[in-house]
Amino acid sequence: MPAPSFLFAQALSGLTAAMFLFLVASGLSLIFGVLRVLNFAHGSFYMVGAYLAWQIVHWFGRDPASFWWAAVGAAVGVALLGGVVERVLLRHLYGKEELYQLLFTYALVLILSDAAKVLWGTGQLSVSRPPGIAGAFRFLDTTIPYYNLFILLLGPAIALGFWLMLGRTRTGRFIRAAALDREMLGALGVNVSRLYTGVFVLGSFLAGLGGALVTPVKAIVPGMDVEIIVEAFIVVVIGGLGSFWGTFLGAVIYGQVLSFGILVFPRFSIFSVFALMAVVLIIRPWGLLGRPLKT
Amino acid sequence: MSGAAPVLEVRDVHTAYGLSRVLFGVSIEVHAGECVCLLGRNGVGKTTTMRSIMGLTPPSAGRVLWKGSDITGWAPYRVARAGLGFVPEDRRIFADLTVWENLDVAVRAARGGAGGFSIERVFDLFPKLGELTGRQGGFLSGGEQQMLTIGRTLMGNPELLLLDEPSEGLAPIVVDHLRDQIARLKGDGLTILLAEQNVEFSLALADRVYVLEKGAIRFSGPAARLRADEALRHELLAL
Repeated sequence: MPAPSFLFAQALSGLTAAMFLFLVASGLSLIFGVLRVLNFAHGSFYMVGAYLAWQIVHWFGRDPASFWWAAVGAAVGVALLGGVVERVLLRHLYGKEELYQLLFTYALVLILSDAAKVLWGTGQLSVSRPPGIAGAFRFLDTTIPYYNLFILLLGPAIALGFWLMLGRTRTGRFIRAAALDREMLGALGVNVSRLYTGVFVLGSFLAGLGGALVTPVKAIVPGMDVEIIVEAFIVVVIGGLGSFWGTFLGAVIYGQVLSFGILVFPRFSIFSVFALMAVVLIIRPWGLLGRPLKT
Repeated sequence: MSGAAPVLEVRDVHTAYGLSRVLFGVSIEVHAGECVCLLGRNGVGKTTTMRSIMGLTPPSAGRVLWKGSDITGWAPYRVARAGLGFVPEDRRIFADLTVWENLDVAVRAARGGAGGFSIERVFDLFPKLGELTGRQGGFLSGGEQQMLTIGRTLMGNPELLLLDEPSEGLAPIVVDHLRDQIARLKGDGLTILLAEQNVEFSLALADRVYVLEKGAIRFSGPAARLRADEALRHELLAL
């Protein structure tokens, strides 16, 4: 039996990973829930967020607040990229066969991945923790970096804010109504096509923010786009695609299973996650908190 | 009928869903303050006429004029903002949203700044809804959903209400109540285009009638003529 402090550290590290996953997967799930588009390039937006953050830190590295500027700037930059993609390209594919959307977003994955290699090379890049919270503290015999604590608080805060926005604001009501019946909402005078752009921009913003914030804890490498999109898909499959709290729950479960799975199958840690996904798919194909799709 | 120009004019509209053609040159006029009824059996093109006017299924030929300007092919949200309110046949309540939320998403300020409809006024028209504000739309009865879908469209302060088969599938007592409330809206000066299969229901409300058959207008004239002439009614509408 491993020491309790070690288990605690594993749980915390799983939870930290879960918060990044939640940021990415919640945007993926939102975009699918409203636009009915499964955006393969969502992971690429996360990667672009990470590279943009590195770039901004590189430019303004002497400013102690540069990391925070980088995080916000990268998220906004990715949101703009998402807006252009939706307005100029993706919108022509609504209502067409899903295959076209998959091919299109997959093409975007390839283009963005090559563009990143051209601009930033194929080596590893890294960003140091922001000076203000670069240290760590000890709690229950475990060393916890302040930055991880920040992420552990930020994740639920964003989830809560997001949930309040969906439940309590008029924009949130429009988003939920559009997910249920786009045509009817349009006939009631709501410009749904603008709403779609807004939702895509918001989802992209979250992916970009996730990519930017992960840079102090994870190296930026080519291939991180594909890695995260696979993880995000697993999260939404477990939690239920289009279900908000399902995505949060899915991310937390994913983080824990990965974190503890590594103890059981050290060389096949990802195996435990896939096994979990398979079990969920067999028992509840629509995910833990999702609901069966109407056809 | 007044000599003034109609507010809504549908001119020789042809509409198809893909390759299946539904409307073959439908022309309709609606004047301000009128209640005009589109009568006809299932599948003759009543709903398609409504959808063509709203821009939900844009016509392949012909024109839709609203107060003299051509709105053919406009996006539905623009048509709605111009002052047309559509109440669909299948009600299309947002099932996960509460009664209050269903009404709120449809709120649009009245054109010309007049007060117009508010959630309170909808609850005054349909008191039952006022007791159910927090209930999810999906958990309402058919009659309650019908009231909600009408109330929801009224929140947009339309000048012309397109009502598609409001009486369908409702219990007779609910239909009577609905007829009274629609009459009240008409009394308040709202212009109404009503599509119905229920002859009695429509003749109680309509000033003028168009009878549709196989995607074309077969008869048009004052509702009083159909009310008075049973043989004509039978000839046009007997099932």
